[in-house]
Amino acid sequence: MTRHLKAAAPQLAALFLVLLANWIVFPEFFHIRVQDGRLYGSLVDVFNRGAPVALLAIGMTLVIATRGIDLSVGAVMAIAGATAATLVNDGHGAMTAIAAALAVGLLCGLWNGILVALLDIQPIIATLILMVAGRGIAQLITEGQIVTFVDPALIFMGSGAIAGIPMPVILAFLALCVTLFLYRRTALGLLTEAIGINRRASAYAGVNARAVLLVAYAWCGLTASLAGIIAAADIKGADANNAGLWLELDAILAVVIGGTSLFGGRFRLVLSFVGALIIQAMNTGILLSGFKPEFNLIVKAFVILVLLLMQSGASGALLDRLALIRSRPRLAPEGKEVS
Amino acid sequence: MNRRHLPLLVTILVFVLVYALCAAQYPKMLSFRVVGNLLTDNAFLGIAAVGMTFVIISGGIDLSVGAVIAFTTVFLAVALDSWGLAPGLAFPLIVAIALLFGAGMGAVIHYLKTPPFIVTLAGMFLARGACFLLTTDSVPVTHPLYGTLTGFYFRLPGGGRLSLIALVMLGVVTLGILLLHYTRFGARVYALGGNAQAARMMGIRAGRTTILVYALSAGLSAIAGIVFSLYTSAGYSLAAVGVELDTIAAVVIGGTLLSGGQGFVLGTFAGVLIQGLIQTYITFDGTLSSWWTKIVVGLLLFAFILLHRILVYLSARRAAGIAAGGAAGVREQPA
Repeated sequence: MTRHLKAAAPQLAALFLVLLANWIVFPEFFHIRVQDGRLYGSLVDVFNRGAPVALLAIGMTLVIATRGIDLSVGAVMAIAGATAATLVNDGHGAMTAIAAALAVGLLCGLWNGILVALLDIQPIIATLILMVAGRGIAQLITEGQIVTFVDPALIFMGSGAIAGIPMPVILAFLALCVTLFLYRRTALGLLTEAIGINRRASAYAGVNARAVLLVAYAWCGLTASLAGIIAAADIKGADANNAGLWLELDAILAVVIGGTSLFGGRFRLVLSFVGALIIQAMNTGILLSGFKPEFNLIVKAFVILVLLLMQSGASGALLDRLALIRSRPRLAPEGKEVS
Repeated sequence: MNRRHLPLLVTILVFVLVYALCAAQYPKMLSFRVVGNLLTDNAFLGIAAVGMTFVIISGGIDLSVGAVIAFTTVFLAVALDSWGLAPGLAFPLIVAIALLFGAGMGAVIHYLKTPPFIVTLAGMFLARGACFLLTTDSVPVTHPLYGTLTGFYFRLPGGGRLSLIALVMLGVVTLGILLLHYTRFGARVYALGGNAQAARMMGIRAGRTTILVYALSAGLSAIAGIVFSLYTSAGYSLAAVGVELDTIAAVVIGGTLLSGGQGFVLGTFAGVLIQGLIQTYITFDGTLSSWWTKIVVGLLLFAFILLHRILVYLSARRAAGIAAGGAAGVREQPA
């Protein structure tokens, strides 16, 4: 346990700092009140709004661990939302609609997985296809409209609450637990890390790399469709154009913040989840402090740059070199450098 | 025939085929008016796609293209109208800013050894954020020069117009072809994308080439932004959202290998025109919705990626055959 905590220290410290900053600009940040049997407050909001990105980050972590990337999760969100909304409006039950949306997400994930695992297409390219075509497919389903719905059971997925805890938060935690069980209580996690580090070597060692890849992409599609259902339920409508727009980038950022390397290998599911919360806490903080929400983008850009600097082994070498340059005059006081 | 040129030929064939199908259904599409509009409407996309071709051939990717275009339009709108800068000063200034911006991204990619897509993603956030810092409104450009420039065109037979921005695009494409295929820099870009390690061993300075490639892409994006600003006469921070995807699609449809080392500027030009044709067809049809563009482009992407895979597979098999007994295996694909 302490080992886990130690590894998580930078992310937890970052989350703590962001929350602290939020508290300073907005003293009521930690106030939580109960209204209509549901928790309300800025902190609850961070969890609630962060749930879709957290869900995406779970799937994305697995894909990135295989040395891949999934650019299509935003589009899959739109497709899943469109499917659920259209089915519910056609008179199907909410359960059928949700199941169908999840199945469609799984299918999208499998499509990506087949391209990557069986056809050996680079992940960034393979998932680009669905990223481009996906929103078109979503619009095909909704026939270009923003489909609104009134089904209470489906809306419950986005704005309901069980024991005061908002439904999106529950779903995200549930997905995290199931994924943790699937990947950490079985050999799947180990195999995923193995093919992420060296696909060929692990294939020689007898790992069925194709199956592991397929599972990772399928799982990513599934979590994305769950996020899509939540996003649609939250606004009581499916917006094929804007649902999940650019969220793939937030999800990747969450995974990187969580310390999973983009070069595959060791992955950290819980920390990706924390990463998503950090991103949402920053969003909420910027909103609360009265800055324009667009300011977010610049903050995110700098977060990425700082992360790259920290994670890059090369930056250490660069610093050494800079230190060397600075120390040179001391070695040669007359300025006569020997090269 | 060289196997290397097959994707390019297929692209051009697809373009001719698509155009023939369109013209068979709507004979009016075979007019200079449509051709002129096709070039004008896709001018900014074509210019940005030339830069993207260089980046992808060098083995990278640039996600900041759309954001740089948007920043350029916003910068020009604010600089010309609010700051009262002369266009003769504002145009070179924004291109210079973009060149520096791209060079910075290239430097981070090379020296910090980070994946290009995450660095250019940060660049995208930064450029979009910078737009919003300047203004969040859509600002019209009222400078008289804009009227003069957009009013300038060559008359084509049949009422068609070859506008200035279409000419700029054709110029950029021509220069791109010359730069990529007939200069030392172009050869370095191919070498870097083909095998970075081998390129370094041959004495190619990878850092300098990487920085130049990303600077070129950002600079061309700024020129695309100037063209976009002329085209819309406005600066808007949400302009050109998703253009990076359109350019990447154009490059891939154009026959450039996404893992780097192979590709043609001319193919990219054809890729841009194919996308434009699909859009024009949908406009002509009138009943089809615009989302079909995305689906068809997605399908084309899939078809071309599959074609590349088959070609790579065939050449790997041939190599295996030549090396008789040597383990050629499946080519490793980095993430």
